[in-house]
Amino acid sequence: MLRFFALRLGRALLTIALVVTFAFIVLRLSGDPALMIMSPDAPPEALAAFRQAWGLDEPIWLQYLKYFTAILQGELGQSMRDGRPAIQLVLERIPATLMLTLPALALKVGLGIPAGIYAALHRNSLTDRVVMTFAVAGFTVPSFVLGLILVLIFAVQLGWLPSGGQESWRSAILPVISMGLGGAGILARFTRSAMLEVLGQPYIRTASAKGVPWHAVIRKHALPNAAIPTVTVVGFMVGSLMAGAVVVESVFSWPGVGRLMVVAVSNRDLAVVQCILLLVSATMVTSNLIVDLLYGVLDPRLRGHAAPGSGH
Amino acid sequence: MTIAPLVSIRDLRVAFHGLPALRGIDLDVMPGEAVGLVGESGCGKSVTWLAALGLLPATAVVTGSVKLDGTELLGAAPAVLDRVRGGRVAMIFQDPASALNPVKRVGGQVAEALALHRGMTGAAANAEVLRLFDQVGIPDARRRVHIYPHEMSGGQNQRVMIAMALAGQPELLVADEPTTALDATIQAQILDLLRRLQQETGMALVLISHDLGVVAEMCRRVCVMYAGRIVEQAPSDTLFADPRHPYTRGLLAALPDMVGPRRRLEAIPGGVPEPWNMPPGCAFAPRCGHATAECDAAIPGFSSVGPDHEAACIHLESAMAPA
Amino acid sequence: MSLLSLDGVSRVYQTRRGMFGRPIPVRAVDHVSLSVAPGRTLGIVGESGCGKSTTGRVALGIERPSEGEVRFEGAAMPSPGTPDWRRMRARLQLVPQDPLGAMDRRLTVATQVEEPLEIHGIGDKSDRRDRVQALLRDVGLRADLAERHPHELSGGQRQRAVLARALATDPALLVCDEPVSALDVSIQAQVINMLTDLQAARGIAMLFISHDLKVVRQISHEVAVMYLGRIVEQGDPEAIFADPLHPYSRALVSAIPVPGPRRIERVVLTGDPPNPADRPSGCAFHPRCPVAIAECAISNPPLQPTADGRLVACHLVGGIA
Repeated sequence: MLRFFALRLGRALLTIALVVTFAFIVLRLSGDPALMIMSPDAPPEALAAFRQAWGLDEPIWLQYLKYFTAILQGELGQSMRDGRPAIQLVLERIPATLMLTLPALALKVGLGIPAGIYAALHRNSLTDRVVMTFAVAGFTVPSFVLGLILVLIFAVQLGWLPSGGQESWRSAILPVISMGLGGAGILARFTRSAMLEVLGQPYIRTASAKGVPWHAVIRKHALPNAAIPTVTVVGFMVGSLMAGAVVVESVFSWPGVGRLMVVAVSNRDLAVVQCILLLVSATMVTSNLIVDLLYGVLDPRLRGHAAPGSGH
Repeated sequence: MTIAPLVSIRDLRVAFHGLPALRGIDLDVMPGEAVGLVGESGCGKSVTWLAALGLLPATAVVTGSVKLDGTELLGAAPAVLDRVRGGRVAMIFQDPASALNPVKRVGGQVAEALALHRGMTGAAANAEVLRLFDQVGIPDARRRVHIYPHEMSGGQNQRVMIAMALAGQPELLVADEPTTALDATIQAQILDLLRRLQQETGMALVLISHDLGVVAEMCRRVCVMYAGRIVEQAPSDTLFADPRHPYTRGLLAALPDMVGPRRRLEAIPGGVPEPWNMPPGCAFAPRCGHATAECDAAIPGFSSVGPDHEAACIHLESAMAPA
Repeated sequence: MSLLSLDGVSRVYQTRRGMFGRPIPVRAVDHVSLSVAPGRTLGIVGESGCGKSTTGRVALGIERPSEGEVRFEGAAMPSPGTPDWRRMRARLQLVPQDPLGAMDRRLTVATQVEEPLEIHGIGDKSDRRDRVQALLRDVGLRADLAERHPHELSGGQRQRAVLARALATDPALLVCDEPVSALDVSIQAQVINMLTDLQAARGIAMLFISHDLKVVRQISHEVAVMYLGRIVEQGDPEAIFADPLHPYSRALVSAIPVPGPRRIERVVLTGDPPNPADRPSGCAFHPRCPVAIAECAISNPPLQPTADGRLVACHLVGGIA
């Protein structure tokens, strides 16, 4: 188990390093930060001074090396735009983002999983078809389109809810719904197919054949098995808690990490972008790690402490 | 004095999506007896018992009557069926590895049946699980109750299934191809075990198998099924020594021998009719060497051909002569 | 003169105990020597894990032996993927257990039977069409089934289609791995008879792998019983199945349920077949053997000829040497 954990951890760290490297390469290739921040009309001396101040005049490999060692030391650099530590800028925005993504996650799980289970248990019924139609609509309509529709109906037409900003909890309702519904649809479909797969397994028939009442067959025999594939999807959703709101935050002008990201990218504010990417990949990787560990808990076949056929 | 049958099946019919899978089964199982149901895939031998116990999916249309000690099981309330299943009638299946829940410890799966049918929990249940494991010949039971199905061999998993079946102290055990997925030497072990348990507990046994040899060894009485109906039934010695229905005769002739000089196998031509393409009369007629136009007129009923020996064929006399 | 010969062939895999254990070598096949003569059938029987299917794959050249040599038509087996190997594969075909898995679901039967002819450049377009028709006739498939897809056929018909494809390149040897195990008795008999007829008509040799002793006895000229990677008894099928000499063959033969009287008293073995990764010392069968002696735990008995001409690997069976 220890070996397993160490292996996973090593892979996780490698993933983060790759993401960070990738971000560095893409951002440096796509334009000169000095021109973006100072504007192209700035006098050459000013540009040179800016480049020197931020180390942009050094060879690219040296920049990368410095950047990487700084990250290892926990030094994430300063925003080129306003000179404050990048980490501070990002941390300030996290609560606002979580205010959207956490309720959205709750909506996905709380709506998607029960709907999927219900649809599977009433396969081909009218309810099943209605649920699945909504599910397909939920994940084929992009969240920003849904967001705009919701704004049109509830903010513009009915005037019940604000269309943007972060004045009160009421401002969060529309963005949360526009993010949560799609995920709920994905999760409902996934849960439904996992359940159907499990319900077709011989051990479900065995449970019925030994006199387990149907509701207990579902609860004790089907759900623990159907949970195994479903955990993967939920894990992915947990992993996108930080990054999942980029588009929706822009639609609803919500001052979260996502909007900071959009602004920082368009400004070539390298330190901030890198800091966000680090945060996002760390969340992603951590949730993957948790999913892997959960697999071990949920599925004894993956614990691997004994080989099959180890009969006497 | 006549003893009442334990299970009495009358005109049991099953259809899936309008296509017949079972086309009228009459079968009695007496207390303590061992009956074999033999036939090729799709003949309905498993469906008969899944239907009897209400284990078919909701899409199956089941009609007829299945009585257990006089109580009708078809259409019975779920609570009634749950008492019967695993309690009075237990069932084991073909592939023991997938018939057990992969994420639950094997001991717990047996204990679940004890809780349901004998109200046993805690230490009493644990002790009984150990006793059952011993009874079905699982060595090192104290350790093995805690492991998972994937950590056991196929033979051991089938023993767990049998322990689970015994947990409810059933009057009838329905074994659906219990050894088909197992190796030959393990099959011999499991058949031995089933035979011993039947003697020890006095329960009745219904053995469903495609293997004529397995049924011949285990059962006093055998029913041969074809295309959703029983075509011949007899005491097993009689059936294998003196088969009368052309299909039974064909099956035995198609089977390679284990002793004596080798001979060319007599294959039955053609294949089993599809459910959507059932012949109007005898379902075997299109493959039968003795078939005449009369065979298509109506589904043949049983004729008695000897003590406890019946066959559903209108040409029993000519079928005995060489084709 | 043998068509195919395996000489001291072993196949070793690396496997892990559990998911994270250290790799350990597993000898799936252990010093197996056998040969198949033209037009004859060698049957291999044994339970799961005995190495019979691995032996089949080594014989086909799909897997390279870790030790020993495979020779086919007088030459050493070429490396997989080489032009020599491809040429050789036309003469050496597999008949698998699961015909549906071995066929392409999107292509019709006729297209699939024609495929090997195209690959090996046999005949022109119209010539190939005639050949396909003849092949389908040979395996007893009605002409109207040629345009069907695999899932529109019954199990027996699919096995016939796979056989037609295997016969397309006029092979000298068929390796049949459980070819009738998934079929019902009445269909099984049809396929067995057809294989026997094809062998008589075309002089094809067969390596016939099965767990079903009855089927192997029916079809084989010679039979080898395998246990945990080794041949423990080999010889004439009627002799072996009437009076098995090795205690394992005896238990295996006696375990087969048959309608009617039994000739050999049943020997019920205790325990499961051991894990090939955990091979017992000495004779691998000794922990389950009802007649084992002290010597059996120490040394592995060689396969030796007996008076009636078969080969047996057991300390308790006297050889003629």
